[in-house]
Amino acid sequence: MKESIKSALIEIAGEEYVSTFEEELYFYGRDPGLSFPSNPHYVVLPENTEEIQQIVRLANKEGIPIVPLGAGLSLTGLAIPRRGGIVIDMKRMDRILEVNEKARFVIVEGGTSQGKLQAYLEKHYPRLRHSIPDAPPTATIAANVVIHGQGRLSQQYGFNSDLVAGMEVVLPSGEICKVGSCAVSPYWFSKGPPLPDISGLFLGWFGTTGIITKLAIKLYPRKKMRDLEIFVTDNENLISDIIYEVTHTEMVEDITIFAQPWPLFFKDNSHICIYFTGDTEEELEFKRRVIWKALEKFIESKEGGFMWVQPSMKPTFLDMPQRSVARFADVKRGGGFEYSGPILLVEKYPECMRKLRELSTKYNLAYSAMARIIDTAHCMMFAFAFAFNRADEDMVERARRAMAEVSKFIIEVGGVFWKPTVEEQKLTIEHIDSGTLKLLKMIKNHLDPNNIMNPSNWELR
Amino acid sequence: MGELRFNENLCLNCTTFDCLKKCKFVKLNGAKGNLEMLKIARGEDSTVLRTCITCYACEEYCEKGNHPFYLISEKREEKGIDIVPRPILKQWINLGEPVGRYKVGELREKTLSFGFVPEFLQWVKGKLFEDVMPSYVFGQEFFCNVAYLHFGRTSVIKQRLPIVMDNFSKLGIKEVICLHDECYGAFTSLAPAFGIEVPFKPIHYYEYILKRLEQLKDKIRPLNIKVAYQRPCSSRLSPPMHYLAREIFTSIGVELVDRVYQDENALCCGEVVRLQGLYDLAEELQRENIEDIVKSGAEYCVFNCPYCYAALGHKLIKKGVKPIHIIELCRMALGEEV
Ligand SMILES: Cc1cc2nc3c(=O)[nH]c(=O)nc-3n(C[C@H](O)[C@H](O)[C@H](O)COP(=O)(O)OP(=O)(O)OC[C@H]3O[C@@H](n4cnc5c(N)ncnc54)[C@H](O)[C@@H]3O)c2cc1C
Ligand code: SF4
Ligand code: SF4
Repeated sequence: MKESIKSALIEIAGEEYVSTFEEELYFYGRDPGLSFPSNPHYVVLPENTEEIQQIVRLANKEGIPIVPLGAGLSLTGLAIPRRGGIVIDMKRMDRILEVNEKARFVIVEGGTSQGKLQAYLEKHYPRLRHSIPDAPPTATIAANVVIHGQGRLSQQYGFNSDLVAGMEVVLPSGEICKVGSCAVSPYWFSKGPPLPDISGLFLGWFGTTGIITKLAIKLYPRKKMRDLEIFVTDNENLISDIIYEVTHTEMVEDITIFAQPWPLFFKDNSHICIYFTGDTEEELEFKRRVIWKALEKFIESKEGGFMWVQPSMKPTFLDMPQRSVARFADVKRGGGFEYSGPILLVEKYPECMRKLRELSTKYNLAYSAMARIIDTAHCMMFAFAFAFNRADEDMVERARRAMAEVSKFIIEVGGVFWKPTVEEQKLTIEHIDSGTLKLLKMIKNHLDPNNIMNPSNWELR
Repeated sequence: MGELRFNENLCLNCTTFDCLKKCKFVKLNGAKGNLEMLKIARGEDSTVLRTCITCYACEEYCEKGNHPFYLISEKREEKGIDIVPRPILKQWINLGEPVGRYKVGELREKTLSFGFVPEFLQWVKGKLFEDVMPSYVFGQEFFCNVAYLHFGRTSVIKQRLPIVMDNFSKLGIKEVICLHDECYGAFTSLAPAFGIEVPFKPIHYYEYILKRLEQLKDKIRPLNIKVAYQRPCSSRLSPPMHYLAREIFTSIGVELVDRVYQDENALCCGEVVRLQGLYDLAEELQRENIEDIVKSGAEYCVFNCPYCYAALGHKLIKKGVKPIHIIELCRMALGEEV
């Protein structure tokens, strides 16, 4: 830690919003997952884009790393400052700047949380919603699109990053760049088309090419009612056929799948949660019927059936975000939870399940499988999730080893890592097409020649 | 647990053929029904093994005390005829598996059995239960397993029920007040039908409630409301107990309205039918039942079975009828907040 840098940061953001206290750095050096901790030297909480520009310029001048941080919930160490430096905590930049109701988009600052936007829309725009992920509500919208997150509307409209409608980004040089229609128009309705789409320079890069300070995302109709049916099957080979039939109906909002051995009620089955919405009872019941009919052949063959979701169980499933995920995170107490959630074809579901069970037995770990169907089943996110007690070193190590095996397996089945750990990023780089790698390097080296932006992530040099 | 005591001769000499004649679902009139029942008894295949929706009603329809529905269930399993999708069957069988998470109160020889119905943990309180609470048991360890008749799996019942009864005995329980018809039916109908002894005295909670209401009669404030009543499938295993509901209503100043699907003509709540994958039939049953309740002019619909309540309650609310469990209704009459 250098006093001069601390003073410069205080000069930029104010004394209250800069910390070099060990006990605070400790928390900024870790996340709830399996990654090894590494403390930053400084933490700063800027209030606006100008302050971020100044911090980035300072970092460039001093040659120190900067790591933008949302809520630090991405779990795979993506915001752990591996080379120390400055963590830019985005929490203060949480203003909702504009909602265009008829064009259905919202502009928010780069540290706005999912929960804040959700509450704001519910109160002021009850007919609009955004694609909420199941992460705790403090998770930020910008970080979620940076990691190509998925939410409640991903089955219908694609990755949350597909729903970006414009960005303001502070480049590693400290300059500001606008991305999308907002670059030429006052309206933030598109992240690219009809212009050259440069959003890809920032989405998926984990803050290594710039810091999003403003973001527009698309909003969608929020119907008055929402319900679900859960189709269960013990024949994993049928999952992709079932998903194919359900998505064919075009009646469905979100589709998630879960499988876990405990409680016993869930053992041996995969549970396909099919969500649907409606403005009237008639609409809802019509969709329910269409969904049932679409799966009738599986019921007739006795291979699958709709389980009875009693009214008392429904709030758990209909909750947004769904808290049961966070509850699983603590089944072993000590709050250790990590999942590897590759993006792959739905037809790979049975192989993923076999691998997950095999690893759970081999390493004696509690497992849970969770999948989310993306974009009318073009692909899915399949989460290999293990819960562990962070105070139990042996258990943590077993979870680490299991995760390493998952990573190898993902490559074998043609999956692509989602929010990859540094090790998985390296594996991706090893396997990526050489032309693609060359282009990625050109982009990174050009944008961040001093390699100050979240270094050790997407390490392409 | 032994063989089902089904007397084929009773069917041979039967003149009413009520079992399948009165059945709302398999629709077999007169001698045709008798013939099918005989085929089933003799181990032959029968359409009934595929079309019976497990409403339990023929157990009541047969006035000779034969057990047509138990027989259908036995033979289904013997012949490998599955009525629910395999994963649903697994789910339910797993659900009833004892996992050591049972709860027991301060036990006495007379004990309330909540079976494996969590709702009772909230509903069972107040003056009505003062003289027996907190003597209660709850959990899979005390779950009668009769529900597996709906899944055509008598083997599960035969395997688990003796253990369940043993669990009661081991705790020194001599009298079990069953809060669910299914448990009472298990001990007073199903166990004897399969030739198994019950090592305690089963008491139906309607009997218990009636006695308590008599003791508490000074505290009763007649409710002066009109109610409809949803009779559950498992009440078919103990018809005389069903009729005690009327006495309960009278003693708390409640008027039971007439409706089509009443008493012997009661209609299944539909949820089991849905589990079997028969969506249209389930919808139709629920629609007809709800329309009938609404038409009856009742302000409340009283439930005996928590599962019928879960199946129909929220739908009734949308139609302006308040669902309530009979325990809550009685507690209301005793001036308690429910
Ligand atoms: C219980 C649980 C459930 C979850 N469920 C889901 C789910 O359903 N869907 C889903 O998508 N995710 C899920 N997640 C993963 C994750 O929490 C979310 O994706 C979340 O949105 C990440 O946001 P964050 O603010 O915590 O990101 P962080 O971890 O803070 O940051 C993630 C990455 O983005 C970078 N970054 C942060 N802010 C910026 C910025 N303004 N500009 C540029 N880069 C930036 C960081 O440096 C880091 O590399 C879940 C996590 C948990 C714990
Ligand atoms: S089961 Fe009963 S009603 Fe049916 S045929 Fe036999 S004796 Fe008659
Ligand atoms: S249980 Fe019900 S559906 Fe089945 S045969 Fe008997 S009366 Fe008919």
